[in-house]
Amino acid sequence: MKVHEYQAKEVLRKYGVPTPRGIVSNTARKAREATELLGGSVVVKAQIHAGGRGKGGGVKLAGNADEAERQATTIIGMNLVTHQTGPQGRKVKRVLIEEQLPINREIYLGIVMDRAAGKPVFMASAQGGMDIEEIAEKNPEAILKETIGSGGMRAFQARRLAFGLGITGEAFGPSVQAMLALSRTYEESDASLIEINPFVLTDDGRAVALDAKMDIDDNSLFRHPDLAALRDPDEEEPLETEAINQGLNYIKLDGNVGCMVNGAGLAMATMDIIQYAGGMPANFLDVGGGANKDQIKHGFRIILSDSNVKAILINIFGGILKVDVLAEGIVAAAQELDIDVPMVLRLEGTNVDRGREILESSGLDFAVAADMKAAAEQAVARAVQHNEQ
Amino acid sequence: MSILVTDDTRVVVQGLGRAGLFHAEQCQRFGAKIVAGVHPGRGGGEALGFPMFNSMRDAVSRTDPNASLIFVPASGAADAILEAIESEIELVACITEGIPVRDMVAVADALRGSRTRLIGPNCPGVISPGKCKLGIMPGQVHKPGSVGVVSRSGTLTYEAVGQLSGLGIGQSTCVGIGGDPVIGTNFIDVLELFNSDPETTGIIMIGEIGGTAEEEAAEYVKGHVTKPVVGFVAGATAPPGRRMGHAGAIISGGKGTARAKQAALEAAGIEVAPTPADLGSTLAAAL
Repeated sequence: MKVHEYQAKEVLRKYGVPTPRGIVSNTARKAREATELLGGSVVVKAQIHAGGRGKGGGVKLAGNADEAERQATTIIGMNLVTHQTGPQGRKVKRVLIEEQLPINREIYLGIVMDRAAGKPVFMASAQGGMDIEEIAEKNPEAILKETIGSGGMRAFQARRLAFGLGITGEAFGPSVQAMLALSRTYEESDASLIEINPFVLTDDGRAVALDAKMDIDDNSLFRHPDLAALRDPDEEEPLETEAINQGLNYIKLDGNVGCMVNGAGLAMATMDIIQYAGGMPANFLDVGGGANKDQIKHGFRIILSDSNVKAILINIFGGILKVDVLAEGIVAAAQELDIDVPMVLRLEGTNVDRGREILESSGLDFAVAADMKAAAEQAVARAVQHNEQ
Repeated sequence: MSILVTDDTRVVVQGLGRAGLFHAEQCQRFGAKIVAGVHPGRGGGEALGFPMFNSMRDAVSRTDPNASLIFVPASGAADAILEAIESEIELVACITEGIPVRDMVAVADALRGSRTRLIGPNCPGVISPGKCKLGIMPGQVHKPGSVGVVSRSGTLTYEAVGQLSGLGIGQSTCVGIGGDPVIGTNFIDVLELFNSDPETTGIIMIGEIGGTAEEEAAEYVKGHVTKPVVGFVAGATAPPGRRMGHAGAIISGGKGTARAKQAALEAAGIEVAPTPADLGSTLAAAL
């Protein structure tokens, strides 16, 4: 789960990571008041779940409250397009008003899971402000790494990073403390990613997280009600939220062949084979291993809410989930919902013959394909036909 | 032969709720010798013909299992794995989906230097058709034979196995290593076992987007594996930055794409099936 910058900073502060003084505002009026309260020059930062906000025009400097109000008027409500939002952009609902700091140096700090090691790794680079992916590609030796063992990052590791970054003088101690606090935040809040880019050293010897990106491990939210409450439904595709509530896994894509599959790997493979057959998948939808009739119905509803969908491919490899039970669910759902796009079914596994009988005797217009490839080809062809009608 | 599970595997099932009971019975149908169940509070009872215990320690001292199958819900699953490790169970298959990564980091720590090999979590488990089923895969689509299958996915594995069986090609062992970022056994571990198993004559390896496990496995195949290997990587059409069902299936920072993985497999001499529907026929041609 992604959280906003202002939320991430609240969490960081709780664990002792210094951040600039800031106030989140959802109107230009409040942005003005925030600036007056903070005093002096501020930064007005759009709060959306995507990087590249500065380049997209979502981060502006303001020398006084008038300017801040003006900037906030432009930014709040704007459709911010960055390299991470896609061309449709994201509507800005609030801004973070923050004090400007006398920046002396910018550094990159990040913590991610190192899958091969099975442990988190703390990364640091002197090239703050740059994308870590870009540094990794062009200058990998510029990234310092410390593997975090059980019990969290040790002080000597944080010192090693600080020395490696060439941090000296009065900023050294605060930098080490901030890094240790960052590691604690990662561990104790079950984060799956934290990036501080940039982490800045100020002219007056402070070490401050100027920006913050934080993802929380969805699997851990059951034990973090406070973090779970940070979820912002405005930042999520409504259909995806509905799917989560139904125990389904749905991701909207740009194609026109909708698909319903059991299992994540098979669902991805089904998307791939649709493309191989010359079409484009409209979605990823994993109904899971134990889908019931209700879930199948919701799956259909979600797929059909996307007006791009011109055909539906259902690919089920019934194992534990018996194909006849599933077929009954499909028939019931199709009868209840008004499905006006062609459907192609590929069913395999336990009780498949019973399942096919149920579908054939239902009187509904399903095409049944013998295998995955034939199913994809038929679905793509029918999507084209349906589109021309 | 076959790997990991055989006729001699003695299974303890941890977590006998509705799913645990259902699957335990299915495992029995496909050859698993279940000697004990562990479910706190149900010690002294019996289920499906095997005795129940309150703890792994009790189950081990009374029934001497050498493999465990875990269905404990996500919040307690890591604890169940740690209990199995403490009891020195040789092989643990954890089916549970949704275990927090931090819990799995602690498990990975405990596994190092232990006597236990963990399969999963978030996986279908292991089956040696005709011998033993330690997992939730549909036993009836499998057929005893000599092809080894290793995969990060569940149903996509069944798809591959179904194709093989349909072509009359049986399997020595099928291993689902799981779709999570931190797992107990990786591709390389299983490839090594298949390569030294005299009964296995060919291998199917099914990967997916995210991480670098496929690239590392390809490197290993190139240097060590003498048997034909056929591969597939799911997720060529997956958008970057989105978690595709499995917590581990996410393309981040341009890394972990299907294209890069396919290229790595091909560079290692692995025959890559053009579509998931061609896994069986590609393997048949490679044998």
